[in-house]
Amino acid sequence: MNWEVIGSYLPLFWKAMWLTLQIGWIGIAFATLIGILVAIVRFYKVPVASQIAGVYIELFRNTPLLVQLFFLYFALPKLGIPMRADFTGAMGLALLGGAYMAETFRSGLESVAKIQTESAASLGMNKSQTVWHIIFPQAFARSVPSFVANVIFLLKETSVFSAISLMDLMFTAKDLIGLYYKTTECLVLLVFFYALILIPVSVLGDRLERRVRHAEFGD
Amino acid sequence: MSKKEEIIRVDHITKRYDENAVLDDFSLSVHEGEVVVIVGPSGCGKSTILRIMNGLEPIQKGEVTYRGEKVDGKLGSITRIREKVGMVFQSYELFPHKTILQNVMLAPLLVQKRDRKEVKEEALQLLARVGLSEKKNAYPRQLSGGQKQRVAIVRALAMHPEVLLFDEVTAALDPEMVREVLDVLLSLAKEGKTMVIVTHEMSFAKAVADRVIFLDGGHLEEEGTASEFFDHPKTERAKQFLHTFTYDKVEREEER
Repeated sequence: MNWEVIGSYLPLFWKAMWLTLQIGWIGIAFATLIGILVAIVRFYKVPVASQIAGVYIELFRNTPLLVQLFFLYFALPKLGIPMRADFTGAMGLALLGGAYMAETFRSGLESVAKIQTESAASLGMNKSQTVWHIIFPQAFARSVPSFVANVIFLLKETSVFSAISLMDLMFTAKDLIGLYYKTTECLVLLVFFYALILIPVSVLGDRLERRVRHAEFGD
Repeated sequence: MSKKEEIIRVDHITKRYDENAVLDDFSLSVHEGEVVVIVGPSGCGKSTILRIMNGLEPIQKGEVTYRGEKVDGKLGSITRIREKVGMVFQSYELFPHKTILQNVMLAPLLVQKRDRKEVKEEALQLLARVGLSEKKNAYPRQLSGGQKQRVAIVRALAMHPEVLLFDEVTAALDPEMVREVLDVLLSLAKEGKTMVIVTHEMSFAKAVADRVIFLDGGHLEEEGTASEFFDHPKTERAKQFLHTFTYDKVEREEER
């Protein structure tokens, strides 16, 4: 292994990592937002919206991200909707992630026992007070482990962004290998940078899980 | 009958799950300061009565009123009524994500919009009364069943309810913990609180009840004062029921 090569590639990978992170976090933030909205629509069985949400979840959970990205990036412009690569990446991640997050939050909502709602009601709380102060905090706490797993999964999924020529980590590695054949160095850097992104996320996720645990295991 | 004002009136109600009638043409009225104990075999509809009084169950026939106002879970007035009709559940149902003090303070702050300082002071006094001052910052999962149930009672009391409904509050507890919870109920009765209690603890029922309602198969079988019911039950069914709580001394054959 040539350390000089690694040293000279470092800035390129560093730049690529920031792109992965930026698009990753924007995508995940919107995925969380979509997930919460869709979960609420599904949980409270809002007419029509609930059915649409069901179709959305099944469609996006059962097709690969790569296919979704191709569709967004190559098919939509043909239909007259121009798409930028970075925007497409974030949108694809948000839509895929939204479907997973929706199921995560819905099962969290469903795990809060009905009698907790009755207990709040018997204290004179109205529906929205019960939802905000009793149901949501408990549902969220119970969703945390699977939420963290989703975040890690989605960050890893960003590695297919290279297919729509976004200069992320994967793209940079493939590009450099193609140009100079320094395969080992590039792959070592690739592993290192993905770990650099994901290990802190895992550690923070663990902390978060421990913090909310008191709400998770109730009485 | 008591001359005191009627607080809750249950008027010829019928409650069905699918085709099964859980309650059939049942009536009851609860007056101020009265302790009504409902007893009966499992599945006779006792708990359902309490849930209906709190608007948690729809009914098919009849009407429940609180001070003349209709109790119905679908009406907007229900939250105002529930402020005045406190309920304690068999499974405690404390809020697991909140501390003991937060559990007690939440509804008075949120629902009644009372002053935080005053609410806190009262919550601490109530917790002290049931011997749980030092648990104020603990979470429910750190408490024993008996402690949790005492907190649940305090949480209901903090709303200043006019009536308290207790739904088999000791049924999930170990024998030693039953006592600590029932002592709280006895002291509330002594203060003249209006209560409706569903319980399987017969000696407690006898001690606390002004009036006993014996329910079987969704019907009111017998009603009377505690001593009337427990010492001189009138119906065969009540005698049979009470007999299940007494055991005759075993006499060995050779000792005869």
